[in-house]
Amino acid sequence: MSTPTAPATISLSDDHAAALSRDRLIERWVMLSLAAPAFAVVFVCLIVPVGWLFYLSFFTDSGAATLINYRHLIEQPSYVRIFWTTFKVSALTTAICAVLGYPLAYFMSQLPTRAANLCMIAVLLPFWTSLLVRTYAWLVLLQRTGLINHWGMQLGLWSEPLPLVNNLTGTLIGMVHIMLPFIVLPLYGNMRSIDRSLLQAAANLGASPVQSFWRIFLPLSVPGLTAGALVVFILCLGFYVTPEVLGGGRVTMVSSRIATDIDTFLNWGSASALGAVLLVLTFLLLWIASRLAKNLSLIGAGH
Amino acid sequence: MARFMSWFDKPATDTQITHGSRLWLYALAVVLFAFLVLPTLIVIPMSFSESQYLEFPPRHLSLRWYEAYFHSRSWMQATATSFKAATLTVLVATPLGTVAAYGLYNAELAIARLVSLVLIMPIVIPVILVGTAIFYAYVKLRIVNSLIGVVLAHSILAVPIVIMIVTSALKSFDMNQERVARSLGASRLEAFFMVVMPQIKFAILTAAVLSFLTSFDEVIVSLFVSGGDNSTLTRIMFAALRDQIDPTIAAISTMMVVVTSLLLGLSQIFGRRAKR
Repeated sequence: MSTPTAPATISLSDDHAAALSRDRLIERWVMLSLAAPAFAVVFVCLIVPVGWLFYLSFFTDSGAATLINYRHLIEQPSYVRIFWTTFKVSALTTAICAVLGYPLAYFMSQLPTRAANLCMIAVLLPFWTSLLVRTYAWLVLLQRTGLINHWGMQLGLWSEPLPLVNNLTGTLIGMVHIMLPFIVLPLYGNMRSIDRSLLQAAANLGASPVQSFWRIFLPLSVPGLTAGALVVFILCLGFYVTPEVLGGGRVTMVSSRIATDIDTFLNWGSASALGAVLLVLTFLLLWIASRLAKNLSLIGAGH
Repeated sequence: MARFMSWFDKPATDTQITHGSRLWLYALAVVLFAFLVLPTLIVIPMSFSESQYLEFPPRHLSLRWYEAYFHSRSWMQATATSFKAATLTVLVATPLGTVAAYGLYNAELAIARLVSLVLIMPIVIPVILVGTAIFYAYVKLRIVNSLIGVVLAHSILAVPIVIMIVTSALKSFDMNQERVARSLGASRLEAFFMVVMPQIKFAILTAAVLSFLTSFDEVIVSLFVSGGDNSTLTRIMFAALRDQIDPTIAAISTMMVVVTSLLLGLSQIFGRRAKR
């Protein structure tokens, strides 16, 4: 897209050409300036304070330069435990989402477009319902006297109320519910674009349905799976509401600790060190994800 | 029955697998769709239950939790705050984001990419950090617990969404139309309002709706920057959720689901009309 140039038949003097290119440059800067108000708000209220927090993490309360905030993260067992919990919860959520999301996306990719679009609404519906409403719903369903325990015992599946909430189980159920669409969407898009004739060819050459799935379909859907899983994992690292409410104080992730450090202790140094680690980790994973996406789409079956 | 049985043996895909041997896949899909959709919907009938213990199906219908909600001063004040904040966020974020998207799309300067990168940061940086950072800035600016602070914070979160939606609409818009208008004597501003805007208005409307919902549903940043008389509904709900299971929240949840579906539904209907 370029600004229209004069037809070649009109010969321009150098002065005219210079003036035109100057006008064009001015116009581009005018266009860029339209983004200035939004940029100013984001820059002043977000980017600068994030940078400032980064800076704070290298100082003690009295203002001396130090790495003590970071040493605490490595040496204090409570911080080590929080990182381990965060990693464990994120990895488990990602694994469950992959195991459940893959067949769901596969099922949808085999449907005619119209039916698949209807299913898509069901997948996207939770996307736009309030996070708190969904968390509350799970709290109600999973509690000791909740529907799941009630029905489970009525059907004789178990006799004592199971502890389904205020622990890791509840947290995982809530997080999988929120994250599932994030893996289904890229997987579905990926699977839709797989060339069906490759599977026909495999069948034609004598592959059983199971063989052609494992050897043709699955490898071709790996880019979607990787992209989705990475997105889920990255988003899980920063989770706050679900572990707080459904974990009942037993699942403390990085975000919860940052919040309590600030809320209760006004401990900006340690909160910002934790925040810095979370941020660097997030960016690192995003970078890996974008590199992987590029490489995989190069390897991926010719489209 | 015979016809049904033969469906079992019919090939389901190009690899000649039959529907019968895939029943597990269909069953799993049904269970997963139920898992995704039902929990949110089940709160609605429960909110009409008479009992403290949120039964399903409710044995006796009553509106007592709605009464509790409408008669509570703090819930009402929080609801008013949330609606005000969401409306103002739409009024701030939609124009800011739309204008920025248009400018960045046409700027064709290397630095524009850097600006775009900064503008999507609010949804890339983990929300807890966004909350912490904005809170820190507000302490310095002395606008913690103010409505204007909540609106500004929510606008920061909504702007990237507006920019993404409007940019994708601009990509499918033929900019030559704008050039024609300008070569026929329209100023750039006139050309934007008379030629570009009518064709991307559905995207702008969608962006406005999503800005509203972004603010209305936002929890974490609100926990940091809203408070006192300007506490948002989500902030009060979150505090209540951590304490005990208050059935009033079922009534509020129902209301939130209704507001969300109404807004999304309306934007779809208008969108369809706009496309015609």
